[in-house]
Amino acid sequence: MKKRSNVVKYNRWGYIFLIPFIVVYVVFQLVPLVTTVGNSFFEYYRSGLTQIGPNWIGLENYKSIFSTPDLWQYFGNTMIMWIMGFVPQILLSLLLGAWFSNPSLRLKCQRFFKTVIYLPNLIMASAFAMLFFTLFADTGPINSILMQTGVLDAPYSFMSHVWSVRTLVALMNLLMWFGNTTILLMAGMMGIDPSLFEAASVDGATATQVFFKITLPLLRPILIYVMITSLIGGLQMFDVPQILTNGTGDPMRSSMTLIMYLNKHLFSKNYGIGGALSVFLFVITGILSLIIFRFTDNRKAIK
Amino acid sequence: MEEKKGVSIGVRRVIAYIVLILISFFCLIWFYILFINATRSNSELSAGFTPIPSTHLIDNWTNLVKGTLPIVNGMLNSVLIAALSALLCVYFSTMTAFAIHAYDFKAKKFMFTFILAVMMIPTQVTVLGFLQLIDKMKLTDTFWPLILPSIAAPITFFYLKQYMDSTLSISLIEAARIDGAGEFRIFNTIVLPLMKPAIAVQAIFTFVTSWNNYFVPALVIQSDKKKTLPILIAQLRSADWLKFDMGQVYVMIAFSIFPVIIVYLLLSKYIVGGVALGGVKE
Repeated sequence: MKKRSNVVKYNRWGYIFLIPFIVVYVVFQLVPLVTTVGNSFFEYYRSGLTQIGPNWIGLENYKSIFSTPDLWQYFGNTMIMWIMGFVPQILLSLLLGAWFSNPSLRLKCQRFFKTVIYLPNLIMASAFAMLFFTLFADTGPINSILMQTGVLDAPYSFMSHVWSVRTLVALMNLLMWFGNTTILLMAGMMGIDPSLFEAASVDGATATQVFFKITLPLLRPILIYVMITSLIGGLQMFDVPQILTNGTGDPMRSSMTLIMYLNKHLFSKNYGIGGALSVFLFVITGILSLIIFRFTDNRKAIK
Repeated sequence: MEEKKGVSIGVRRVIAYIVLILISFFCLIWFYILFINATRSNSELSAGFTPIPSTHLIDNWTNLVKGTLPIVNGMLNSVLIAALSALLCVYFSTMTAFAIHAYDFKAKKFMFTFILAVMMIPTQVTVLGFLQLIDKMKLTDTFWPLILPSIAAPITFFYLKQYMDSTLSISLIEAARIDGAGEFRIFNTIVLPLMKPAIAVQAIFTFVTSWNNYFVPALVIQSDKKKTLPILIAQLRSADWLKFDMGQVYVMIAFSIFPVIIVYLLLSKYIVGGVALGGVKE
């Protein structure tokens, strides 16, 4: 009896140790989430120096963001730039992961290569974007190199063409994230039972067959995890296009992302529309996280 | 048969090395150009690119520090915010992980599921309410809204919880209890030291994330003296940059990027290993 009450006494500490997390989470995440949702139902914005609202208007803010083409254009921009970065990223990461985890290839200097490919991930995205802006400027070093080597006769204006700006954003995202993806996929590949590979080589399978028939199917859970987390990250794309285009998303707002759009509303204290936009983003990421959550949960149950 | 296989592996190895060297080149070339250009004067820069460093690094730096951007101040602010965030984040995330790992209580399962469920919610979607809240709390234009929220970090928690599952046995805690140690003391003197390797990895990641953070600080900080490096970078971008001395622009970018690269190279062994540990959810 005494022992039991002691255990209960100890277990009270579980709650005590959770207090800091819960208090901070509720104050800085949960309450803001609720008030953000609340704002989306009010007419609440600033016009010059006067503040309009808050007046209850129900779903008017949602109607207004969904009926203008802006939201869909920015959603499209975000997705296009994400896909342009993600497709080469996953292909490159699969290839490198397969090479790094292949014991018969015995690659030397693996540590060096892994260190190099992971490096761009830690770079300040805003500084990296500023760097690319200066490197690819009309008078910048890339144009200067291209002209010195005779590739171009006149400088190419990277910043004033739709697809060159989008390509630069995608390239930066690719550089910043493929190292991370490679390391995750490689860890997954190392986790595959080596006897499967041995059996395959006894049966005379080629390296390509092994990759497509064994590695890829067994890697599916991690591939889905990588894809959805990358998609969630892609929806949050902000620093790189914001700095590269100075917040304008030019040319003609073709590289304006959803978060850049939200940022504009936040800066001009346009709380009603900003709230509706936040809820839209929240619902999309919520659905995506739910997929991962269900998925990793199922895997646990199977094991 | 044996020989043929050997040749094909040899060829594949050569291809792999060539591709890896090319990829490494494309990862590093930008930073090489940055370094070269940071050492060149404005007139040298406008004459076109050369791959050889020049001698104006110090000049560019002194010009930058004397200029209008409060860059040294910005770096000190960034270091302060990032260091405090990292410290609070790992200490309290370890505490949260310990609570879920070592104790049995009614809400335990709910809390664990809850934290996992909210792990993917991006800060961007709650930032509107967050800004209104800190405005009401009179915390706008202070460092607190950038530091305190790091106490509740679901991803750090998840990583530490996984590490704890494999290193911290309940019998160790029970032994300490028999010796008469209080729960809080057990946490500080036994759990924290045991978790050091995982805590170090997460402290680095939190530091770098905070150091690089631009979105929230740009909305919270207003006065020049409190601006962090990413905000100053954005300011540099929005200024009429053609009027600038480009040597200064490059030094400024280099100044934001190279400290992280140096720290990373010193600690890369732990960082690259840590990514793989945290990412694969088993």
